[in-house]
Amino acid sequence: MLQTLQQPWPWYVAGALIGLIVPALLLLGNKHFGISANLRHACAACFPAGIKFFQYDWRKEIWNFFFVGGILAGAILTIQLIPNPDPVVIHPALERELAGYGIIDHSGLQPGELFSWSSLFTVRGLIMLVGGGFLVGFGTRYAGGCTSGHAIMGLSNLQWPSLVATVMFMAGGLIMANLLLPYILHL
Amino acid sequence: MESISQQDTIRQQDTICINESEKQHPWWYNFKYMAVGMLFGVVFLKAEIISWFRIQEMFRLQSFHMYGVIGTAIIVGVISIWLIKKFKIKTIHGEEIVFHPKKFNKGQIYGGLIFGLGWALTGACPGPLFAQIGTGVTVVIVVLLSAIAGTWTYGYFRERLPH
Repeated sequence: MLQTLQQPWPWYVAGALIGLIVPALLLLGNKHFGISANLRHACAACFPAGIKFFQYDWRKEIWNFFFVGGILAGAILTIQLIPNPDPVVIHPALERELAGYGIIDHSGLQPGELFSWSSLFTVRGLIMLVGGGFLVGFGTRYAGGCTSGHAIMGLSNLQWPSLVATVMFMAGGLIMANLLLPYILHL
Repeated sequence: MESISQQDTIRQQDTICINESEKQHPWWYNFKYMAVGMLFGVVFLKAEIISWFRIQEMFRLQSFHMYGVIGTAIIVGVISIWLIKKFKIKTIHGEEIVFHPKKFNKGQIYGGLIFGLGWALTGACPGPLFAQIGTGVTVVIVVLLSAIAGTWTYGYFRERLPH
């Protein structure tokens, strides 16, 4: 049992559980699944700076801070109690490509060469961590939601604007991963 | 402070959750959402959804895993919402469950593309950022702060951007 829990879970188990978050939040208190809104609430709570977009009562959205607090706690518990002892298995073609950029550490879920404090002070790390984070925060709010709010909640409610957003998420990802990232990883 | 109706207009601009509960609960009722979040965090890790490698495989079309996860989640979500609407299921506190149609604007195109670029760079959408920090990769705190800065910058330039 413990061994099964430690191994990576298959997509259909994970997908079904994530799908169930949609009705769970609705049934528990009429809440719509969406995580990027937290970034806006953080702005509204900490530095509204007189910007109209951040002038609202963020305290009404405090449930969402508890929700992401739960994600953090769930991750800590998992890594402590049922971690996967084996290195991450990745596609051989990706493994070869990454080795060409000097990325060979598969011991954790993130490549150690990119996700470390020392990487932050390299051009490559700065672009990927600081630049990438900025694009995530700017883009999700501009689009009005992220993978949870649009791709899962929006599509579950058959909203076509969410389909547009989801298609654009994928387009942006395909462009970055295949066309731009190879140059950035070479830096 | 602005009036309630003005507030609602601002809140409806694009934040996801605009449902108001008539009932006032003590703050610790929010722990129920934390419990759901914890389940989410466990799944994020165990299905390796928060892995930069898995996101790279997805965008390079090298693995079905992420498509399977998101596709299954949507199917379960569609069925759940259909059931809630069909049987007019209420919340555990007896309130009616309401849905709000999403309005189309060009932000979904431009913003979606920008987010997609960032998603492939960081290997994380906003949810996994919190889970990555939880796994002990503390440098992701910087990514999260940068994402908050990105959201703030969007708010600052919002009126001047095409929507």
